[in-house]
Amino acid sequence: MNLKRPERERASPSDSGSRAAERMSLTEKDKAAVKALWAKISKSADAIGADALSRMLLVYPQTKTYFSHWPDMKAGSEPVKKHGKKIMGGVGLAVSKIDDLTAGLLELSELHAFQLRVDPANFKLLAHCLQVVIANMFPKDFTPEAHVACDKFLANVALSLSEKYR
Amino acid sequence: MRHSAFFLKPEEKEKNAAMVEWTEQERSIITNIFGNLDYEDVGSKALSRCLIVYPWTQRYFASFGNLYNAEAIKTNPNIAAHGTKVLHGLDRAVKNMDNIKATYAELSVLHSEKLHVDPDNFKLLADCLTIVIAAKLGSAFSPEIQAVPLKSAACATGEELWPLFMCVTSFQMKK
Repeated sequence: MNLKRPERERASPSDSGSRAAERMSLTEKDKAAVKALWAKISKSADAIGADALSRMLLVYPQTKTYFSHWPDMKAGSEPVKKHGKKIMGGVGLAVSKIDDLTAGLLELSELHAFQLRVDPANFKLLAHCLQVVIANMFPKDFTPEAHVACDKFLANVALSLSEKYR
Repeated sequence: MRHSAFFLKPEEKEKNAAMVEWTEQERSIITNIFGNLDYEDVGSKALSRCLIVYPWTQRYFASFGNLYNAEAIKTNPNIAAHGTKVLHGLDRAVKNMDNIKATYAELSVLHSEKLHVDPDNFKLLADCLTIVIAAKLGSAFSPEIQAVPLKSAACATGEELWPLFMCVTSFQMKK
């Protein structure tokens, strides 16, 4: 039986004060992995965003309720492409503010909290779809090691976005 | 049909679960995906990915040997063998899509009463399986294909149904 504690780094001093229930803080290794992955995939950000959004709307139809004002929600439609690009802009911003996500995403948090009022449960659904698309488009780069860093990162982004909700 | 498990009572959930109706297209998609999968490759990759990405799932594998780091997990032969076993378990559901409940009765009791697996872990494994299949199928992994295995009855423990399939609650919106 394996009695050794598994190899895990200590989390780096994480961003200013958010103590959400499930926050698993990003280690330096995680941050490096996220930046490395982003460097590889960012050129395809628009395509990734559009594909992930289309998948989310199809696979989790309850998410369509937030877009009832769109004339067309099909994969490849203009509103979906435009919004996918916007979302990835947010992801890119988050990567650049990875050392303090809560401060860096403050404005976006206020937007989601007071205007958009997206139920935070949906952040997980989009995060899953983003990772499915990245795995699909970059199978060699989306190793299990990259996956865990990315999953933690997106979870932290979601928590920071939820910061202002109440 | 309604799948929204949030609003259903336990007895309704069970009735619903038994009544999952698959269209011809959905059956064909699922049979195709599983028909063309290398169970050893995909099973071992999905399970090892789950243990790496969600390390708390390792709690169920204390007797499987070295899980010290990602490399150890990826090369652990017990994990690889178990991943294959899990895929073969899913295969049983694929071959009995109209009767998943009865097909999984024994496995359900095993996972609940003997192994004491938190059912949330099935979702984690399912997510990893989706990602491994997405990585394998490339452009063939369309959104429609991603959606099909998720259409399933509510996942639950104990006396309710336990499909080892990707379990999610979704409700039927106008598509």
